[in-house]
Amino acid sequence: MKITIKDVEYVAKLARLLLTEEEKMQYTKQLNAILEYMDELNKLDTSNVLPTSHAIEMKNVFREDEAKKSEEADDIINNAPEREDRFFKVKKVI
Amino acid sequence: MELKNLTACEIVEKIKKREISAREVVKGYLQQIEKLDKKVSAFNAVFTEKALKRAEDIDKNGSSGLLAGLPIAIKDNICIKGEKTTCSSKILENYIAPYSATVIEKLKSEGAVIIGKTNMDEFAMGSSTENSAFFTTKNPWDLERIPGGSSGGSACSVASRMSPVSLGSDTGGSIRQPASLCGVAGIKPTYGRVSRYGLVAFASSLDQIGPFARNVEDSALILRAISGYDKKDSTSVDLPVDDYLTEIKKDIKGIKIGIPKEYFIEGVDKEVENSVKDSIKVFEKLGAQIKDVSLPHTKYAVSVYYIIAPSEASANLARYDGVRYGRRAESETLIEMYEKTRSAGFGNEVKRRIMLGTYTLSSGYYDAYYLKAQKVRTLIKNDFDEVFKDVDVILTPTSPSVAFKIGEKVADPLQMYLSDIFTISCNLAGICGISIPCGFSSNNMPIGLQLLGKPFDEKTILKVGYNFQKQTGYHLKTPNV
Repeated sequence: MKITIKDVEYVAKLARLLLTEEEKMQYTKQLNAILEYMDELNKLDTSNVLPTSHAIEMKNVFREDEAKKSEEADDIINNAPEREDRFFKVKKVI
Repeated sequence: MELKNLTACEIVEKIKKREISAREVVKGYLQQIEKLDKKVSAFNAVFTEKALKRAEDIDKNGSSGLLAGLPIAIKDNICIKGEKTTCSSKILENYIAPYSATVIEKLKSEGAVIIGKTNMDEFAMGSSTENSAFFTTKNPWDLERIPGGSSGGSACSVASRMSPVSLGSDTGGSIRQPASLCGVAGIKPTYGRVSRYGLVAFASSLDQIGPFARNVEDSALILRAISGYDKKDSTSVDLPVDDYLTEIKKDIKGIKIGIPKEYFIEGVDKEVENSVKDSIKVFEKLGAQIKDVSLPHTKYAVSVYYIIAPSEASANLARYDGVRYGRRAESETLIEMYEKTRSAGFGNEVKRRIMLGTYTLSSGYYDAYYLKAQKVRTLIKNDFDEVFKDVDVILTPTSPSVAFKIGEKVADPLQMYLSDIFTISCNLAGICGISIPCGFSSNNMPIGLQLLGKPFDEKTILKVGYNFQKQTGYHLKTPNV
């Protein structure tokens, strides 16, 4: 599958990245080289193979749903680029 | 004996017996950092005052912990409450961790003294530490060469004797490859053995924290301290942790070591191959049984990894949007804020992997790339399951070459990705692996061998490595930095 500059622009939009013209050219070239290398996976017949998403068996881990006071709330909000009282502040959404 | 020549085990013992004070030890290492870090640039931050104060407290009150007074350096993607966790990125340059990782809590409760945070490839993406947004760490054996990556700072800090031990993280070889290129021991524990709580996520199904040390015994000491179940990490596994320090001292007569033919291929440096093959003779002399084995899907590992890891990374890095932490770019609208923040905050390699991951997860390509990769991951894992029915340990080179020159592979990401060709399968299969020094090239650069073990059988790879180091002296050589 050949990646075009249009694909790169579309993926950048999905990934919320603004790319310069130079970056678009560079990523088109590099992603094509990388994906071409990955096409060797198609040589393998995996029709009867189950996918592995984790190397160990995963199960849901539950804990009691209890309300607790967070001791770190202030430290967490202090990292915000912009805040108002105990809220993260962003541009108007609506 | 000079302080910097003491092993971590010796330091702890001497502090406990009060033959040496924790303050003397910490001060000695801080002086070493002061002297050498100008040359090698391993540290993003050094906690001079806090480390000395903590050492004094240990001297005053004593510590019964496993690591009483032992200095340790921490990769800058592991959170320490109240300190910066930058991931060597612009976007988190000023991020102050509001909590500590479980490994940090464990180290502290065992009496360790954290002396600083070490440089890395941005968000742990890279094989050379050249992707740090701050500076490139240098290999202490040759300052024109890379230390490996992404835990290059942690490997360098131990190799250049600026810290007796350190912590790194390994997603596709980021502990073992720099350990190999810097001539130290580095272990990637089995997935689930060490809590990932407080480690900034890169590829969650592959990441694992592990120690760097100058020898296997010290690695065993640190691994013992940081392993174990953690209810804060849903992928942590509730299994007993072996007493590694006792286990490693047993002999390896009759142990079966598998040599996979797929790891001795064209493209591997001749000197690397010869050193690794010479080490096989050492194991034979120690009474191990050597068996030829095959891991037929090895050649697909790099492709599988560079689909799965960027896919998981693109999801994990979606959180860097300028809202809750990190820098924020000026903008008129919310979407513009996300885009400008991310574009200015991420470096080239991180953007490339986000692009790759977003593409392979996107509608229309998910089955062709991501699902296909997850299926081939099963085949790679099955290869290991089969081979481990016949052998206890698998022996391979860690890296196909010694450390390369700074700048040599920067422009060619595929070539850079291939430098992890021998370490990646271990993460995909979730097994454990260690790299230890096994020789030097003609230009005096360290060469590493990798020992891969069954899931949760860290004690066996440590035991095999320890017995090797008792017979050889490669780990005793120090760089003349």
